[in-house]
Amino acid sequence: MKQKLRPMELTMNAVFFICGFIAIVFVLFISIYLIISGIPAIREIGLVDFLFGTEWASTAAEPKFGILPFILTSIYGTCGAIIIGVPVGFMTAVFLAKIASPKLAAIVRPAVDLLAGIPSVVYGLIGMMVLVPAVREAFDLPDGASLFCAIIVLAVMILPSIISVSETALKSVPREYEEASLALGATHIETVFRVSVPAASSGIAAAVVLGIGRAIGEAMAIIMVAGNVANMPSLFASVRFLTTAVSSEMAYASGLQRQALYSIALVLFIFIMIINVALNTLLKRKKG
Amino acid sequence: MKKVLAITLAAVMLLATLVACGGNNTATNNTANGTTNSTNNTTDDTNGDTATTTVSGTVNTNGSTSMEDVMGSLKEAFEAENPDVTIQYTGSGSGAGITGAQEGTCDIGLASRDLKEDETGVHQITVAKDGIAIIVNPENPVSDLTIEQIAALATGEIANWADVGGNDAEVVFMGREAGSGTRDGFESITGTEDACDYQNEYTSTGEVVAGVAANPNAIGYASLSAVEGDTTVKVLTVGGVAPSEATVLDGTYEIQRNFNFIISDSKELSPAAQAFVDWATSTAASDLIAGAGAVPVAE
Repeated sequence: MKQKLRPMELTMNAVFFICGFIAIVFVLFISIYLIISGIPAIREIGLVDFLFGTEWASTAAEPKFGILPFILTSIYGTCGAIIIGVPVGFMTAVFLAKIASPKLAAIVRPAVDLLAGIPSVVYGLIGMMVLVPAVREAFDLPDGASLFCAIIVLAVMILPSIISVSETALKSVPREYEEASLALGATHIETVFRVSVPAASSGIAAAVVLGIGRAIGEAMAIIMVAGNVANMPSLFASVRFLTTAVSSEMAYASGLQRQALYSIALVLFIFIMIINVALNTLLKRKKG
Repeated sequence: MKKVLAITLAAVMLLATLVACGGNNTATNNTANGTTNSTNNTTDDTNGDTATTTVSGTVNTNGSTSMEDVMGSLKEAFEAENPDVTIQYTGSGSGAGITGAQEGTCDIGLASRDLKEDETGVHQITVAKDGIAIIVNPENPVSDLTIEQIAALATGEIANWADVGGNDAEVVFMGREAGSGTRDGFESITGTEDACDYQNEYTSTGEVVAGVAANPNAIGYASLSAVEGDTTVKVLTVGGVAPSEATVLDGTYEIQRNFNFIISDSKELSPAAQAFVDWATSTAASDLIAGAGAVPVAE
């Protein structure tokens, strides 16, 4: 019996190996491709001028390729989304995991999952048609497309990942911890915030990092609400993110402009790498 | 034992899937080939009836990125009619297209502007005209502007609609992303290259129209064909002339430019290139040019 099994065992081993290998091949391919196509423009423009230049005018007679506005916009936009999204998402997770009755949780949870399933272009479309005019009216601006709108849209988009990861972390807190706290006379809410949340803190931190990753990589939704002008970021100015800088000009780009777009993608890729490393560290610490 | 069964089953299913896929592919390929063959036959028949010569070879075109859409439709249709001809298009800018035609590095140069006096050794053949409409929100009382006023609004020199007879409200100028042919056209015609003060840079004409429709103080530009008959925005008259195919053709509508083929005076065109030029400037290509958003000039 065992002798007969061998070829099958080997074949399936090979199949699984190839499947696993495909993912690695793609990651390697994309990394190498980005590095190779991103380096020439950086070399031509100069790393300092590229990263810290404050002006982007890619098709001007004397083109300028400074991406500091994009980098800062991406950082500000992501921070803004985190500042709004994390408290709301965290509280929702606490509510779902510890406070809501099972019946109510059974209604809220699918709604959150549905939020995660909405395509980003739909967020963008609704943002463009509803949020942008509303912001224009509310703040009496000449035009509503701004960093502020992008932050709101991003905050809503990162909610589902923050909620579901934090909820899982909160639920995995051992029941005994909470029972001990309750037995000592703490109220339910005290127990949740003094015992469960600290015990789940690394999982919640991972949720925040995941949210950052999603926010910094989003392009489609914010290209429709942010205005896409390469200004230095301010809350109610029309701004361009790292992601939208690549996607908005790629269609007709040529020469150095196209190469510079690859370089922006490389910078974005490095940002995402850093976030992933941070996420892995957090998750490892959680296990250890 | 269960595991063995599971693995065997998995393998069988995998194999079945592969076989099924293979089968499907073959079937599709056959159908596709069949269709292509019949199309070819039809084309050949038509050629036999109308054209006197069959041309073959590669035609290299190089130049204006604004002409990409027009060239795309022309290339597709011409290659379908003449299966032996390949049209190559490289978008490198009007200047490079003219230089290419002068130096003979391409068969046909493409320029979305007219030749200057010092650009010699080549001549231009206009295949199409490109009209750019200036659009505002329907709520805006302004309905006519001069080209100078439009330029001033675009650069931010005029920042309030009251200065051009509108409401007391800040001007919001919307346009396309850097590299877009419409942006290049608008800025070069109004003389505002690299000087426009954009509030919003959209990546498609549709988004510009939607953006202007959503903001009562907005002004933007879009290719003429995209806004004809659109009631969500108001198309301005420029110097009293409303943009239309007729006013673009007779030159009275100012915000327009020519799409030109630039051809060397000294080097003779290959038969394939000559056939392409003749066909593109004939009425046969008019619908395709109009479909690509430009105004055909052939009569």
